[in-house]
Amino acid sequence: MTYPADRKYTKTHEYVKVEGDVAYLGITTFAQDQLGDIVFVEAPEVGREIKAGEVFATVESVKAVSDCYSPVSGKVVKVNDQTADTPEILNEDPHGEGWICAVEISSTSELDELMDSADYEKHAAEGGGHD
Amino acid sequence: MANELKKTPLYETHLKYGGRIIDFAGWALPVHFSSIKEEHHACRKAAALWDVSDMGELLVEGPQALDLLQMVLTNDISKGYPGKVVYSPMCYPNGGVVDDMMVVCLKNGGYLLCINAGNIDKDDEWITGAAKYFQDVTVKNLSKETAQVAIQGPNSARILQRLTEYPLSEIKYYHGVEDVYVDGMKTLVTRTGYTGEDGFEVYCDAKDGPALFDAIMEADDGDGLVPAGLGCRDTLRFEASMPLYGQELDENHGPLGAGLGKFVAFGKGTHFVGNRALMEERETGLRAKLIGLEMLERGIARTGHKVFDESGAKELGYITTGSYTPTLEKNLAMAYVPVDYSQRGTKVTVDIRGKKVLAEIVKMPFYRREAKKK
Repeated sequence: MTYPADRKYTKTHEYVKVEGDVAYLGITTFAQDQLGDIVFVEAPEVGREIKAGEVFATVESVKAVSDCYSPVSGKVVKVNDQTADTPEILNEDPHGEGWICAVEISSTSELDELMDSADYEKHAAEGGGHD
Repeated sequence: MANELKKTPLYETHLKYGGRIIDFAGWALPVHFSSIKEEHHACRKAAALWDVSDMGELLVEGPQALDLLQMVLTNDISKGYPGKVVYSPMCYPNGGVVDDMMVVCLKNGGYLLCINAGNIDKDDEWITGAAKYFQDVTVKNLSKETAQVAIQGPNSARILQRLTEYPLSEIKYYHGVEDVYVDGMKTLVTRTGYTGEDGFEVYCDAKDGPALFDAIMEADDGDGLVPAGLGCRDTLRFEASMPLYGQELDENHGPLGAGLGKFVAFGKGTHFVGNRALMEERETGLRAKLIGLEMLERGIARTGHKVFDESGAKELGYITTGSYTPTLEKNLAMAYVPVDYSQRGTKVTVDIRGKKVLAEIVKMPFYRREAKKK
């Protein structure tokens, strides 16, 4: 699996992709593959303030429930409405159409603590285990 | 993966077909090969093949085999005859369930009990203990020597027939035949399953398990057969509203509340374990009733989530199983609630991660296959 270099990654398999003033949050293709068929996405409400490391969304596959931890702090400004009716886009295109929400980042310095695509690829290849 | 996990004789087969192995109640078994949804649909529309060797087998033989089973099982086994398969719960004196099982009536007057993987030792001890009250009966645990595969789905008979001379169409639902040679291997074939579809469960010697699995996979000739894992084994049985021991049935939840009253033969003429408690429950009212729920708001109820009344104030019970159902495309659940709240159409709420989500009591089974056209 390859991971786009235009974003940063967490050990818990979320990504953050900055585009201008907003950052798009989602789960990686490694995460969706581990989860299997995704059938439900509980996205945050617009306006919610989230902190880095906090649960910002819950993704459910047929068998498993998985919390998603935010890579960054910020205010939710957009939610991907498509995930409500077609949660399978998180399986089909997790790095693209299957983003979960967008936030206004409060501090760009948080990005520096995250993994780049090469480090994440290595992390995933080692099984993706984390605390 | 921890080394202590138990492996079925088909462990290497799962790896060969690309199964994703997980720890299932101490067993290393594949959760899926392609994906749960794909395998689920394949079973409903074509055919799917499982290794179910984790299931246990107890052989009960001897002149008093029937007497023993009449005592430990709630259903009436005396109605059985060679080739008949009978489903029965096995109860504790308090009416709770030790296990539920398929009983295959054998030609020699013995019985093969197919029991749940997690209950093998418990059942063996329970039945062996009860056997002490009888003189001429033996209980043998054949679980380790036996492999079992299940082929389920509308195309099952067509695929399996290519491997045997025995006319499978003659095996009726809930019947079985011993000594059927499948691709040269001696098997016991029953027309039973745990999916809500037509299909067969095939028992063989543990050492023949991998070859049997391969032979059936290779007998597919554009019939859409896929290897399948635990994930869809659960979604299929759940959609067909079949109980799973440990979730819908346990030591505190008996057959009556679970909707299995037709498998409790109060009138079979012999006393059975749990008889008195179940009679009392029948007369004084069910302790709790298993109901089906459809989520009306967004959310998936999961095992253990609490169920409340519509206002969210009064706790009623809990979810036993809940899932997205691939065929019905709905979020459904089963739950235990008091009888007073078990009417179809009753609105309740389910506490999903702190949020009360509205649901409605609906009919079970959720899914029933269409009757075969003659």
